[in-house]
Amino acid sequence: MDCENCHQRPATLHLTNYINGEKTEIHVCQHCAIEKGYIEGDDETYTIHDLLSGLFNFNTPMAKKPEPQTSSQQELTCPHCNMSYLQFAKTGKFGCSHCYQTFKDHLNPLFRRIHSGNTEHIGKIPKRQYVHLQKKRQIQDYREQLKQLIAQEAFEEAAKLRDKIKALEQASELNRDEEGE
Amino acid sequence: MIMSLQSFIEKAISPWMQEDGPDHDIVLSTRIRLARNFTDVPFPIMADEDSLKIVSNWIQDHFNQKTFAEGKKLEYISMRDLQALEKRALVEKHLISPYLIEREKESGVLLTNDEQVSVMINEEDHIRLQLYFPGLQLERGLEEAFKFDDWLEEKIDYAFDEKRGYLTSCPTNVGTGLRASVMMHLPALTLTQKMNKMVPAINQLGLVVRGLYGEGSEAVGNIYQISNQVTLGRSESDIIDDLHGVVNQMIERERYARKLLVEQSELRLEDRIYRSYGTLKYSRIIESKEAAKCLSDLRLGIDVGYLTHLSKSILNELMVLTQPAFLQQYAQQSLTAKQRDIKRAAIIRERLGLEE
Repeated sequence: MDCENCHQRPATLHLTNYINGEKTEIHVCQHCAIEKGYIEGDDETYTIHDLLSGLFNFNTPMAKKPEPQTSSQQELTCPHCNMSYLQFAKTGKFGCSHCYQTFKDHLNPLFRRIHSGNTEHIGKIPKRQYVHLQKKRQIQDYREQLKQLIAQEAFEEAAKLRDKIKALEQASELNRDEEGE
Repeated sequence: MIMSLQSFIEKAISPWMQEDGPDHDIVLSTRIRLARNFTDVPFPIMADEDSLKIVSNWIQDHFNQKTFAEGKKLEYISMRDLQALEKRALVEKHLISPYLIEREKESGVLLTNDEQVSVMINEEDHIRLQLYFPGLQLERGLEEAFKFDDWLEEKIDYAFDEKRGYLTSCPTNVGTGLRASVMMHLPALTLTQKMNKMVPAINQLGLVVRGLYGEGSEAVGNIYQISNQVTLGRSESDIIDDLHGVVNQMIERERYARKLLVEQSELRLEDRIYRSYGTLKYSRIIESKEAAKCLSDLRLGIDVGYLTHLSKSILNELMVLTQPAFLQQYAQQSLTAKQRDIKRAAIIRERLGLEE
């Protein structure tokens, strides 16, 4: 099989990505894999930031020259730290937490590429600052467990878990009411 | 000089390294790193001195000289207060990154006295907290890192977004901000050329393999660091589980490769190990690369049972002590590369002599 990128060398790297349930397969040679940032190259001078800034042009086929940035991209500048989109693309780093909002229309493809197709966080939540979010996630987790229990016909345990979910939901609604006042 | 600073810089071996951890015949250490930022302060790349000062002052006011847990009192060290050689020594101990030194402006590190926790301030992110454990201890590591993170968060408003998670300066860290790494000694897999084949397969699983010393993927001293690459869209415990699974497989393969080597090499492996021992014991000039290779042989010799009178803690110590900054500190003067090779040989002879 030839590399699907350069069509010159044999494909030696085969990747399978699952993004939102859709399966995509990538077959590329070592050279293109390094260039596209799928794997790390041996070339020390090729830093992660080079790779990252390369990712901003991910839609552009290699044969074509990168299309000129549109004027809206050029003007896009974070109001909080003054980082421009071009600067972000060049350094591969955000200037402040608000940049995530400022550049939000450009981030999903970038994150997908870096993080195996993922764009949303499902891990830890700050304990003190985000009590509500934690409860919300907890309820989601319990609901998943509940589905499994029902599928396994473990109805007694399922009933217990359902009560737990109800109690949690009521508690968080109470909190929200208090905050609303 | 701050009193504890002296021990941070002068002792090559960190207190936490002195005990053997699980799977210590192959895994040297486990490191858990979490990247965090203050909300509403620009990240170091775009921050002016005053903004960075807000961060470093806040850290000093709330955490310097505070005790996190028993035996875990924190000390803040500003990079501004250190000599160049002292900073290098902290890098050689892996307590800080080379990048922290480059940053200079308002950068510093919070260290616990047992050197198990290191919190770099104003590196690429405002906060890079790192915890170290001997041997393979990913689950415990994550648990303790979470505890420490919660403790910091009591006093800091983190930059966090419901959708993107912990917001970091580099898009490669967003989400969990977690980098879990395991440092492994893999001489048999390297010797039998298995590593070349395994590295691309490991990369495909979203993990990264790096040689600890040496350039690029070359691993001087057969020491590799394996860590996760993906930080977004997976929970911390899933990330840890994946890494643990791969590390376990590598441990099994390395043990099997060692067993075959011992069984099949007849005297050759033993010969190689004793030759390296001889080199370390008697040489007068030794370059860092040769020293690392010989120390790897010695470590293997201890683990497969050829060398019974040596302790591995001396090897851990020598690994750090034979680095440039430590050598010069030991010599109490700056040394040229040639002088360092002489000093390195002398220190190794002296340390190995103590073991007999």
